[in-house]
Amino acid sequence: MITIVDYKAGNLTSVRLAFEHIGFEVRITQEPDEILDAERVVFPGVGAAGAAMDNLRQLGLIEPLKQVVARKVPFLGICIGMQLLFDLSEEDGGTDCLGLIAGTVKQFRPADPMCKIPQMGWNTVSMVNAHPLFEGIEDNSEFYFVHSYYPAPPEQGVIIGQTDYADVVFASAAAKGNIVSTQFHPERSGRIGLKLLENFCRWDGKC
Amino acid sequence: MLSKRIIPCLDVRNKRVTKGVKFQNNVELGDPIEMAVAYSDGGCDELVFYDITASAERRPIDIEMVREIANVVHIPFAVGGGIEKLEDMRRVLLAGAEKISVNSLAVRNPRIIAEGAREFGSQCIVLGMDPVRVDDREKFPSGYEITTRGFRERTGMDALAWAKKAEDMGAGEIVVNSVDADGTREGFELNLTEMIAVNVGIPVVASGGAGTCQHLVDVFTEGKADAAIIASMIHTGQFTIRQIKDELITSGICIRQKW
Repeated sequence: MITIVDYKAGNLTSVRLAFEHIGFEVRITQEPDEILDAERVVFPGVGAAGAAMDNLRQLGLIEPLKQVVARKVPFLGICIGMQLLFDLSEEDGGTDCLGLIAGTVKQFRPADPMCKIPQMGWNTVSMVNAHPLFEGIEDNSEFYFVHSYYPAPPEQGVIIGQTDYADVVFASAAAKGNIVSTQFHPERSGRIGLKLLENFCRWDGKC
Repeated sequence: MLSKRIIPCLDVRNKRVTKGVKFQNNVELGDPIEMAVAYSDGGCDELVFYDITASAERRPIDIEMVREIANVVHIPFAVGGGIEKLEDMRRVLLAGAEKISVNSLAVRNPRIIAEGAREFGSQCIVLGMDPVRVDDREKFPSGYEITTRGFRERTGMDALAWAKKAEDMGAGEIVVNSVDADGTREGFELNLTEMIAVNVGIPVVASGGAGTCQHLVDVFTEGKADAAIIASMIHTGQFTIRQIKDELITSGICIRQKW
């Protein structure tokens, strides 16, 4: 059973449908108890970091999320769900996040005005520090992105995928212990994205 | 590098995909769900569905169809037609669409762009516009006037001014559908596309006129489009998406190659 955290940060339909398509049962919840006893957690979301953290606070989900991570269950952050795992986001004038992975989430500031923000569309992910999440997926496969901010962890060891956009090579996928996370949307990335989600579902949370 | 996107457009009427020329003389092409799966498996980067009779028939968008598409397609897709209010947007997104395209509605009520962006995020809100070439440069500095309802109604609005306003209000993307080029297969209207693309900071999708692979190369280079909509050239079976993409790659366009 996959527990998808619903904290009012966007539409969860595509995430749910993707897991159902690959044959896994899902439970969408905003109940602290259901998150605490989850055997596998997906933390998705779109939108702004400030509002997302406010929602987590109001729903009383910050501690349950930290505790379920501490229980070593496999945990997948997607898009804003990845960004919130870091210490701090530059968004909304600086937003304190969950601090589960060290680093800051920064804003794209391209020199070229024709470089559109948000990055919207398909971009390549080059794999570094081989991880079970990318098993059976070719290096430099393309995934679907929609975002204006990017994670910048100081520790290279947590980066498992890198993507080049707006003059930076950023961490488009990161992992630490039982946490994996992607800036891109695997649920919108066709067959290759579904393969990644399947890898997550079969992963034991160890590297 | 971010790839240019190829987006098949499926105009749906009575649960069948149709295609017309300059918004008229529509012919039936097939089942939208089957075509969506075929194009998605075939390597398109996104899909767009227009329920083209919803507005005229004063009924909401066919939500069951949106659900069926979301069940079988795992790439982004946008839906337009028959969206009248925020609640319609919510239903479409909850049914599994990634984006909502508003066109006539936004002309009538521009605030819907801001409301939709605030409620669901800018990335969900696509402004579709149907500009037509006009001579009156005093009234229309860009040389294009916005039309609605499939070219049937003129709005008196300048195309570039409207694009900028939509961006300011929070639209995440603009689809520029040239009325003059629609369905002609004689090429995109490059001047129009480029003018909008260089003057807004959000992605611009070119639409109307795709007939050959060279047309797509032109719109991505000269037209500076971030994405392009195709219809006739694949609906007729003249090209596959693989063929189109291979040609674009040969021409040096950055395109998603594996799926």
